[in-house]
Amino acid sequence: MTPAKKTAAGSSAAQRKSGPAKVRQPKLPKPAWDVSEVDEWGPEEHQLGATIPEAGNSVYNETGGWRSQRPEFHPEKCDGCMLCYFYCPDAAIIVENDRAVGMDEAHCKGCGICAKECPRGAITMKAEEKE
Amino acid sequence: MAATDTPILAVTGNEAVAEAMRQIDPDVVAAYPITPQTEVVQIYAQFVADGKVTTEFITVESEHSAMSAVVGSAAAGARTMTATSSQGFALMWEMLYIAASYRLPIVMTTVNRALSGPINIHCDHSDTMGGRDTGWIQLYGEDHQEAYDDTIMGIRIAEHLDVRTPVMSMLDGYVISGAIGPLQMLPDEAVKEFIGPFKAINPLLDSEHPVTVGPFDGLHGWYFEHKATQQRAMDRSFAVIEQVSEEFAELTGRKYELLSPYRMDDAEMALVVIGSTCGTTRTVVDQLRKKGVKAGMVKVHVFRPFPVQAFIDLLGSCSVVGVMDRADSFGAQGGPLFLEVRSALYDLPKRPQIVPIIYGLGGRDIFPDNIHEAFAVLQKAAAGETLPVERTYLNLRKDRV
Repeated sequence: MTPAKKTAAGSSAAQRKSGPAKVRQPKLPKPAWDVSEVDEWGPEEHQLGATIPEAGNSVYNETGGWRSQRPEFHPEKCDGCMLCYFYCPDAAIIVENDRAVGMDEAHCKGCGICAKECPRGAITMKAEEKE
Repeated sequence: MAATDTPILAVTGNEAVAEAMRQIDPDVVAAYPITPQTEVVQIYAQFVADGKVTTEFITVESEHSAMSAVVGSAAAGARTMTATSSQGFALMWEMLYIAASYRLPIVMTTVNRALSGPINIHCDHSDTMGGRDTGWIQLYGEDHQEAYDDTIMGIRIAEHLDVRTPVMSMLDGYVISGAIGPLQMLPDEAVKEFIGPFKAINPLLDSEHPVTVGPFDGLHGWYFEHKATQQRAMDRSFAVIEQVSEEFAELTGRKYELLSPYRMDDAEMALVVIGSTCGTTRTVVDQLRKKGVKAGMVKVHVFRPFPVQAFIDLLGSCSVVGVMDRADSFGAQGGPLFLEVRSALYDLPKRPQIVPIIYGLGGRDIFPDNIHEAFAVLQKAAAGETLPVERTYLNLRKDRV
């Protein structure tokens, strides 16, 4: 698989052709702190002490490309217990109306914790495929 | 009361530092007691208990935690101070780099004490000299007054927007920290006015503008750029240190230089010295001058940033220079001060010979006779004798076999 490229904010990377259903990428607002040209920044263009002057912008750092295993969600087996949501270390379980409805492919690193914890076998892991 | 009308007090070096801290009244102090700094923390804790300061005093279980706490506190947006010595300084190690690289303007007094082993509680400079590459500004004081003055000036230097780099200010363990000496304090309100209010940059507690402090450099590789900004801040700090010293001199009449020369105008040979031994060295310089020896001394006040140009200006015309290190760099050509002084003078077309001298490790006494021995080595060199490449040790017991 390809390693995760540096992802400039707003660009899309590490996206794969959709395999199973319900794997999706949420829409993101435009970041307030524009780092789209960060690879060109000299020392003075960075924030003092490497502080990030914007909250919650890790969402712009897409980590989906790190996966070697991808989760597959089987909604017919899901009883909505939400354990996958609580266990996911990357907040990559997408929830609608208090139920898991899929995984955020742009950020899921494929750790498989959700599949391990799901008491109903509603999530299975499958080898990530090369593009 | 004018700034220069205050009485001269008899205090320990630690009391001098604690009084400066009381007048600064930082928002947060997190510190752990360690010999010979203990008295600083003890006195300051009493100020807190007596309501003489508004400081949030955080008692911690180690110096690792003390430095971690002050990093957090400074990042939160608080004016923050601490103090340590020796093993405590060593235990702060990884966090010292964090404080500097996050550009947190912490001011820390370090009472210089030997690093173990064998375990030893007395003065040398091996603790802070070991920390010379942590990214902190280093001010070395000679006496009680300087320990006090550096603490106050340190706040202005660290917090200056051109610098925003933590400052450690040093005083010699026991010789200054525990011994009683003269101190003229500023009035409380003069210190308040001199340091001014603290302005935090991107403070964590500003919930209107949430930020992340200390993020992972990730896969992207900006660490290198941030390291370059640390060096640039060091470069800019020369001007800031001089400006703050100038303002401090207007207030107190006491002017601090990066390096303080003593009888250097026509000196042919000089010793470079840090800390309390400067006083002994001045006495010896005076004795030698009476005999017609053109001896001088350069006192190092600021070691980081390293004042290369000032060394060139003061030492460039000498024929021989002895560099007195109260710390060693084992396996190197000499102590840390020696290495850097010699490097600073290397580019001169005609440079003095430079001798590495080690003294006072683990609090070994340094008498005027020992300083005379050092000058005797320099005199031989000035007379054309080839200098020893190896270190000259002062007051080291000789092998009997």
